[in-house]
Amino acid sequence: MSGYTPHTEADITSMLGFLGLSSLDDLFAVVPAALRLAGGLDLPGGLPEPDVFARMQDLAAANRPCGRDLVCFAGAGAYDHEVPPVTRALASRSEFVTSYTPYQPEVAQGVLQAVFEFQTLVTRLSGLAVSNASLYDGAASLVEAVNLAYGATGRQDVWVSHGVNPTWREVLATFAAGTGHRIHDVPLTDGITDWAATAFNDTDDPGAVVVSYPNYLGCLEDLAQARALCDRTGALLVVAFDPVCAGILRSPGEWGADVVVGEGQALGMPLSFGGPYLGLFACTMDHVRRLPGRLVGETVDAEGRRAYVTTLRAREQDIRREKATSNVCTNQTLMAVTAAVQLGWLGTSGMAEVALRSARGARYCRDGLLTVPGVEPLTTGPVVREFALRLPLDSAMVVERLADEGFLAGVALDPSYAQGRPDGLLVAVTERRTRAEIDAFVSTFEKAVR
Amino acid sequence: MVDDLIPAPAAGGRAASAPLLGRDTEPTLFELSEPGRSSWQLRTTGVPEIPLDELVPERHRRRLPLDLAEVSERDLVGHFTRLSHRQFSVDLGAYPLGSCTMKYNPKICDAVAALPGLADVHPAAPANCVQGWLELLVELEAALCEITGMTAATVQPAAGAAGELTGLLLMRAWHGARGDTRHKVVIPDSAHGTNPASVTLAGFDVVTVPSDGRGCVDVEALHAVLDEDVAGIMLTNPNTLGLFEEDIRAIADAVHGVGGLLYYDGANLNAILGIVRPGDMGFDIVHLNLHKTFATPHGGGGPGAGPVAVSERLAPFLPGPRPIRVGDASSPRYGWSTPERSIGRLHSWHGNALVLARALTYVLVHGSDGLRDVARLAVLNANWLRKRLSRSFDAPYDRPCMHECVLSASSLKRATGVKALDVAKRLLEEGFHAPTVYFPLIVDEALMIEPTETESLQTLEALAGALERIVADAATPEGALAATEAPHLTPVRRVDEARAARHLVPTFDARTS
Repeated sequence: MSGYTPHTEADITSMLGFLGLSSLDDLFAVVPAALRLAGGLDLPGGLPEPDVFARMQDLAAANRPCGRDLVCFAGAGAYDHEVPPVTRALASRSEFVTSYTPYQPEVAQGVLQAVFEFQTLVTRLSGLAVSNASLYDGAASLVEAVNLAYGATGRQDVWVSHGVNPTWREVLATFAAGTGHRIHDVPLTDGITDWAATAFNDTDDPGAVVVSYPNYLGCLEDLAQARALCDRTGALLVVAFDPVCAGILRSPGEWGADVVVGEGQALGMPLSFGGPYLGLFACTMDHVRRLPGRLVGETVDAEGRRAYVTTLRAREQDIRREKATSNVCTNQTLMAVTAAVQLGWLGTSGMAEVALRSARGARYCRDGLLTVPGVEPLTTGPVVREFALRLPLDSAMVVERLADEGFLAGVALDPSYAQGRPDGLLVAVTERRTRAEIDAFVSTFEKAVR
Repeated sequence: MVDDLIPAPAAGGRAASAPLLGRDTEPTLFELSEPGRSSWQLRTTGVPEIPLDELVPERHRRRLPLDLAEVSERDLVGHFTRLSHRQFSVDLGAYPLGSCTMKYNPKICDAVAALPGLADVHPAAPANCVQGWLELLVELEAALCEITGMTAATVQPAAGAAGELTGLLLMRAWHGARGDTRHKVVIPDSAHGTNPASVTLAGFDVVTVPSDGRGCVDVEALHAVLDEDVAGIMLTNPNTLGLFEEDIRAIADAVHGVGGLLYYDGANLNAILGIVRPGDMGFDIVHLNLHKTFATPHGGGGPGAGPVAVSERLAPFLPGPRPIRVGDASSPRYGWSTPERSIGRLHSWHGNALVLARALTYVLVHGSDGLRDVARLAVLNANWLRKRLSRSFDAPYDRPCMHECVLSASSLKRATGVKALDVAKRLLEEGFHAPTVYFPLIVDEALMIEPTETESLQTLEALAGALERIVADAATPEGALAATEAPHLTPVRRVDEARAARHLVPTFDARTS
């Protein structure tokens, strides 16, 4: 018996006696004998916690985490922003960590109110009226946005900018096998979506037009053009925004987005090898009844006091079943609570400061790297936190070389972003990178590409 | 005469439940905000302070000023700490929420997830920088395959519903690769709501098969709906009534007989760990809820993790990239590989990695025997409660259960007007979380109780005692009234759900607009 089960031998004997059974095996009499596992699971025996912890420490030691020994210049949807002790402390409170979905609101006001505050913060960042309580990650939010647009327009063609994160587009394609949506890839020219490109014109009017702001290469798309395209075709405008860059950028709502999706990892979550992260999802009030997942609303209790509860539940799978707006049940609530804490910590001024400092670092780093012989810009327009370069060598090799020198240099770009060549590199700079780190990175970079 | 439904109280110990404290409402972060306050502190970088207008063109700059909240760090801590005091949790007390497996979450798993060597790793770092993570994932996949009797797995799905959809897309791809277009997926009427919702998203039509008088799939009715247009069946075993589908082999043979596949919904895997495996029952595809069976914390509604394991014939279709072992056994190295006929990627990165690390920790601490004991004690606890409570409530399927039992407040409601919902609300003020109510849908006034293996006999006695007291109190008009007005002692009284939907206030800003 592990230390987590409280049963003494006497407890077990008395409980079996109450049930009229003589052994624990008798509890499974209903399982046909032929199916029962005769020899037990072929797994090692249990180990004491300290032994397991040592084993997990060994595994952790076989990784190279970002930090002093591997200075992070990688992004592509996962960013090394400041996560202060206060965010870690509050987000790890066991009341938030070890509770379930707030099905009984009378004893779940803590999570419900924190999520209500999260929803409010996301609407203020995105500029749209309603946010849900979170989805799995940015890719999942994109999938749900396209499903919402299909529900609203009845159209299955989707125009997706090539500037949307490629792994998100892969996920969208995976799920389209089930829904039958037709995904059309709209190419980039100089880092900006070329909506007039003829390469994708074998399509009916779309249900959704999807564009990223800033996009995967860090460039600032012309959302007015995307909005005009939607007005002309009747599509919904889905903007994949970055919540940190939104600290200084015009919000998607101001540009006329119908749905905003995003990856919320940068709002207080460590890099975590990719998860758990936080899918952000906001839409205009017109579409609230198509919103995927949970939504917390304010109401009152029997004494008229302010209270919170999950609402518009008739959209959800446990009520609507095969007609639900989405199949999502478990989401990323703890990450939403974390983001609410982090945004509370940053506040109005801190949010703008993080975005501004990241943009300054990116400018300084980009200018530095462009002095390296053979390194060229892949795009020419303004960038915010992230930028794309063309290297004189295979970029995956450069990343490996620089890792040996203590820098995570960025993410090698898919050749589709670099005219079919494997030499594109995506570099991200957050407010945590110092001038000394950037200077050392640039000089090491120069040696690595020689 | 000794009443065999009320055993003598257990010696020693104390029930691990206590009511929540505090009944004052907590202002929102926005009401606590005062212009000019702040908490943030950022690193001194020495990066040149280039002005914003040289960085971002005017047309892209935010016009409406961003207004989040302005609070001191001390107020921030006070606010979220007070919110936490208005929240029930497993750490606070018993949480017998049926179908949710709210067991104790071992703290070592949190400590592992906080290791910088795991938590601070960038997901796009080259494979030679993430060998530990890759080994961890390979090891977890192997353990999950052994536990489920499957051949290969993916850890990408972020939760159970994502696992379901993954499994259904695998089903679709497998049939498609054989040039076989099928349109229907069979689901029992007792299934979780995610099942039919996932079926729709996978592009199939739902065919519902009824349960029989014993609470299991009606095998005759199943035969009637099976034909060569059926892609497969989704089953939970034990099912949502907490009952083991004894005819599972016959069901498997029937479905396989028409060329269909069997999908195992792992929501209730806790009941059968180390006892019987889905693969041995005839299932082809399995999803696991690591946040249930493997004790990773639910986080107030997530994150979860919903890995999917499959039999050999479905392995070539698994999502990619997959973590794999390369090189020889003496000096193993790890890398990524995408199966040849992969359905594609399901997650922005590699799944909810830190949840996966917790789950492997849980598996290693328990080991083979420990996992079997989890199932045994979970089933023991559920049966003890079922028998003890079968005098106070209706037992629509009165036979041994697995990890949870479904009772009904139908007679209580008829006699006193006190409904399952009222029982749930009364229980909250007794210091316990409520059971799941009104599910499964096929049971009137359902109370679905899953104590899990980590609650003691003393806690079970206290829980049963509280439920019995609620029923006894309902016998008087005053008691019944008190139940319908419950809870009285929680941070808020009964919440007006209808008003929330009628006057939608989804943000603080919507309060005034």
